[in-house]
Amino acid sequence: MWMLEIPPFVPFFISALIALVTRGFLRAVIMIIIPVISMLHLWMVPEGIHLQFSFLSFELLPYRVDKLSLMFGYIFHIAAFIAIIYSLHVRDTSQQVAAMMYAGSGLGAVFAGDLITLFVFWELLAFTSVFLILARRTQRAYAAAMRYLIIQVLSGVLLLIGAVFYLADNATLEFAYLGLDGIAGWLIFIAFGIKCAFPLAHNWLTDAYPEATVTGTVFLSAFTTKVAVYALARGYPGTELLVYIGAVMTCFPIFFAVIENDLRRVLAYSLINQLGFMVVGIGIGTALAINGAVSHAFNDVIFKGLLFMSMGAVLHMTGRINGSDLGGLYKSMPKTTVLCIVGAASISAFPLFNGFVSKSMVMSAALENGYDWIWLILLFASAGVFHHAGIKIPYFAFFSHDSGIRASDPSNNMILAMLIAAGLCIAIGIYPAALYSLLPYDTGYNPYDATHVLAQTQLLFFSALAFVWLNLRGMYPPERPSTNLDFDWVYRRLFPTILRSIFTAIWKMDKKLRQRVINKIESNFVFMSKKYSQLTDLLSRGYPLGSMVLWLVIVLSCYVFLSVIY
Amino acid sequence: MESKKKHIFDEVKNVKRLLNCLYVCCAMLLISDFVIHRHVSHHWERLWAFYPIYGFVGCVVLVLVATWMRRLLMRGQDYYNDEGIDYNSKNKGGRQDLSHNRAKEEGHDVDA
Repeated sequence: MWMLEIPPFVPFFISALIALVTRGFLRAVIMIIIPVISMLHLWMVPEGIHLQFSFLSFELLPYRVDKLSLMFGYIFHIAAFIAIIYSLHVRDTSQQVAAMMYAGSGLGAVFAGDLITLFVFWELLAFTSVFLILARRTQRAYAAAMRYLIIQVLSGVLLLIGAVFYLADNATLEFAYLGLDGIAGWLIFIAFGIKCAFPLAHNWLTDAYPEATVTGTVFLSAFTTKVAVYALARGYPGTELLVYIGAVMTCFPIFFAVIENDLRRVLAYSLINQLGFMVVGIGIGTALAINGAVSHAFNDVIFKGLLFMSMGAVLHMTGRINGSDLGGLYKSMPKTTVLCIVGAASISAFPLFNGFVSKSMVMSAALENGYDWIWLILLFASAGVFHHAGIKIPYFAFFSHDSGIRASDPSNNMILAMLIAAGLCIAIGIYPAALYSLLPYDTGYNPYDATHVLAQTQLLFFSALAFVWLNLRGMYPPERPSTNLDFDWVYRRLFPTILRSIFTAIWKMDKKLRQRVINKIESNFVFMSKKYSQLTDLLSRGYPLGSMVLWLVIVLSCYVFLSVIY
Repeated sequence: MESKKKHIFDEVKNVKRLLNCLYVCCAMLLISDFVIHRHVSHHWERLWAFYPIYGFVGCVVLVLVATWMRRLLMRGQDYYNDEGIDYNSKNKGGRQDLSHNRAKEEGHDVDA
């Protein structure tokens, strides 16, 4: 069974190479077939370690399969398949190659059994995905890509240093439960946290994702953050700190999302909000909570991909993505509108859509384990996500005031990709048992009891009522072309301003110091020239020479005098 | 002409119908609180209409706080321009560059 030993990233890397040298139909066929074959292969792979070797006396496990990694393996294949179909019209080879390498890196990371392999794929994720941002080929995208790369590489470096400390402490590099004991645990935790968009480390996401290409953002939304969720679920399940971090993550982005004008940036904030639910689940750490976190990651890849695809379709067809420029598109883009609404219903966790069957697990786990306040925060965040992602996105793009834009629905490949994602959203929502059978634990959870369904429906309908009421009263903040300050202001504005003023002060001092030295040298010259002029005509025209001759005469006289005495 | 064609929400009465539909659904959901028996895990869930009130008030507070935040955080679209980037060359919604990119993506191979 030599096939067993081929980790899933290998076919993706090979297809990236093939994509580099092929064009047109052939490239499209290869890029579609690879994830299908790789998925079928993965489906047959049993749990266990399938590849292991020693490198520089380190025991490396590049291919370890268990239920947790399999879940992420499956969803990454599905995400890659959908995103590849969505981007079939793209003729930009650099994007196609980067996308395949990026998907492969994500798969490499979730099947990595040791910290060194994880580090390698961690950095590859950064270096391959940055091309999807650069491929937009605008100055703005370039600047965002550089900031993205610096932060991602920083996360990788922290992971590497943490791995070194971990090796020193534990004499093993195996990637299993890490915990927050000791410096290694903290360093790796921060590395994971940066990639998971923890509060204050989240701006790489809201900065870079909306600047990437139409198709690039769809790939980006699937892999990087979910690898981080996987890594946290593997290394830090049951770490209570994560519950509080996750609760903050669910809440603060929704405020920014309400006032944000760029609809893809609204989705980026909403992505952080959804990550928050997963992080809370991991922090609670019970079987139900971990199941909730993992299944929500699975579902999020699909519905967030669908939403990014629908907004990508809007951007692609109209050239605009700001809420203030859009509106009334349902008239000419009906298919995209319906598909976007399916995504919006899924992310809002409407019963019969996939968000409901996973989010409710995390909420139930929070209640069961006595996190009452956290549960209330999650409930607020659930209402909030419906407000900004469920209503705001479709409303401002497709309804609202008529912008007069009459763009048609996008090409068939884009519609097909959205259709597949929408189909999965509904299928999982209707028949969650299929998803639950793949989960790491068997908890016998049933989301469709009267209590859950009624509570969630009431919450959502009255959130919608609040939206309507605020709109009718004219209290809803209108979409305006603007930049909203977030924490990135610190490194985009504050630090540069502080550094500029520090350097201005340093240059000023330097100038002053130089002036003083020059003045000193000048005054010395004046002093010397004065001395020089005093001794004219005595022994020599030059003061130093005259002085030397004078001292020579004195010394010689002394010598003659002494020799006479003895 | 496409632009003169009447669409479903161009009619004010259709919008009203949709809103009425929402109001009826909300009312029915409120009433169902009396009818459907819940398994509550938290004592707050026992309060009448807890979820509807929480959802409504939560969203209103969210929007009011966000509106207030806007006063503090909103800056002009070109706020970060002094990073040495000429955003104006591109972005009134990214139209110019996007059409350029679309041409690249669809028309020509730009992998040279």
